[in-house]
Amino acid sequence: MDEKIIKKGSWVQIHYIVLQPSERADNVPQDTKQVPLELWVKGYLDNDAPIGSNVTITTMTDRKVQGTLVSQNPPYTHTFGRQIPELLSVGKELHALISKAGEKA
Amino acid sequence: MNSVFDSVAERKNEILKKALGIDYSEFELPGVAFDYEGMMGKIGYTLDEIRSIQAETNIGNTPMLELRNLTAAARALAGPGKGARIFVKDEATNPSGSFKARRAAMSCHYAQQRGYAGVIAASSGNYGAAVASQANMRNLKAIIVQELFDSHHVGQPEILEKGRICEAFGAEVVQLTVGPELFIEFLRLLDETSYCSASLYSPFAIAGIETLGYEIADQVRSMCNRDPDAVVITNAGGGNLTGTARGLEKAGCTNTKVIAASVDITGLHMASDKAFNRKSFTTGHTGFGMPFSTWPDRTDVPRNAARSLRYTDRYVTVTQGEVFYMTEALAQIEGLERGPAGNTSLTAAFSLAQEMDRDQVIVVQETEYTGAGKHVTAQLSFAREKLGINVRRGNPKEQIPGENIIIPEGPELVKAQNVDLDDLKRSYCKNILKMNNMSKEQLTEADIQFIAEDTKSTKEHIKKLFVL
Repeated sequence: MDEKIIKKGSWVQIHYIVLQPSERADNVPQDTKQVPLELWVKGYLDNDAPIGSNVTITTMTDRKVQGTLVSQNPPYTHTFGRQIPELLSVGKELHALISKAGEKA
Repeated sequence: MNSVFDSVAERKNEILKKALGIDYSEFELPGVAFDYEGMMGKIGYTLDEIRSIQAETNIGNTPMLELRNLTAAARALAGPGKGARIFVKDEATNPSGSFKARRAAMSCHYAQQRGYAGVIAASSGNYGAAVASQANMRNLKAIIVQELFDSHHVGQPEILEKGRICEAFGAEVVQLTVGPELFIEFLRLLDETSYCSASLYSPFAIAGIETLGYEIADQVRSMCNRDPDAVVITNAGGGNLTGTARGLEKAGCTNTKVIAASVDITGLHMASDKAFNRKSFTTGHTGFGMPFSTWPDRTDVPRNAARSLRYTDRYVTVTQGEVFYMTEALAQIEGLERGPAGNTSLTAAFSLAQEMDRDQVIVVQETEYTGAGKHVTAQLSFAREKLGINVRRGNPKEQIPGENIIIPEGPELVKAQNVDLDDLKRSYCKNILKMNNMSKEQLTEADIQFIAEDTKSTKEHIKKLFVL
């Protein structure tokens, strides 16, 4: 457990297991049935607590939710990725096609 | 399941009725039928009223853009005299970046009128963003429930972006791993909060899209002096197609062909933890398009107002690689950076325009915003680097969804593939029997009449297809 104490009122993310594998619905595929249904939600921390402890938060809609404290000010990690060389020439190819055919845009 | 979920699932009908306030039983008819037009009429909004409600939150009247370079490219590939003019309705200019704002506007207006304190939507896509945006404009609280992570806590980049935008609009975002039990968590939240269910499939949510069809008719008439010959619509849950087709009908476009287009992801199971991130499209694909066409009443409302087969003249599929190619083409020769998922209909239209005459008009019915996570480069980087999916140029016909993504070697390889509508109609009939627990011999003439209307067929055709 991380010793750093997150202060009450901080913006945090919590996690909990909604359904254990044994509790999954009958109609889910085998691979899904072998893993739990997990949930993450963010809100303001109700009391000082370290990462990894069981806490209560108040969400944006003022709901009280309990779970394991996983992070403070969680970052957005999605990006535009790398450039894709297979796509770089698409415009050039189409412009060439249009002029070769003598089409007017 | 566990005791909390079991008790919620048992009270499903009661919870949904309270969360939407519509009694669907009044529209039920004897046998398998229900009064669809009666239900749509009962929403109590005329097209003018919908327009004025949508204007209150700055929705609609989006630009209709002529894609002159893409038309020229299609003509360069088409036979003599062929190559219709391609137009696109730039729905990305709605407040939350997609046509879904039209739907969300009606759900949030309804919730506000009925005095609900908030709204809840189960959406991993643009609809979540649209509800979050519209809810804050109407001073409603919003919870968006997303299916986002696989069991290794790897999130689909597009859905990560949707989570971010929902939070940017002030919503609470509840994020889950893969599984259809999301619906039970959605019900549990409705039960806990007494908020309104901002269903994608309520009569008013679908009516909200009618303005899109109506605007298309108006704009094409004023720009081209004719009705659109074809409107191509990305098809997933069927609402986009249903609402647009109804709007076109209301504008009197009786000869306009309504064409559905979906990305082919055959073989990737929707509820599979392992397959979840192997799809490079989170919507607009056959994983929604096929089941919803052939059994619309599988949703969070007793009777779905989105019934795509009722309005579909033709259904085509395109591949993931083809849509990525056309998304890049839209950016590089038309200067419009959009999508990619919303460009499914664009991809189909580029192929279909080549079958049509030069004086004809084909309309791509939507665009959607792009951004980190959503963008082509984000999706292809994720597929290639995180999942080891083989991304290459080649012939899209060699695609195996989840294994490879083949960017067409050239534009002549972008080819929409026809889906046999009769196959879909047969599946629809089988599903009707299954869901009603009956044999085909038990169908009455009134039942067959309903099936015919619900699949844009004649009674005779249904009898022939189904050997009745």
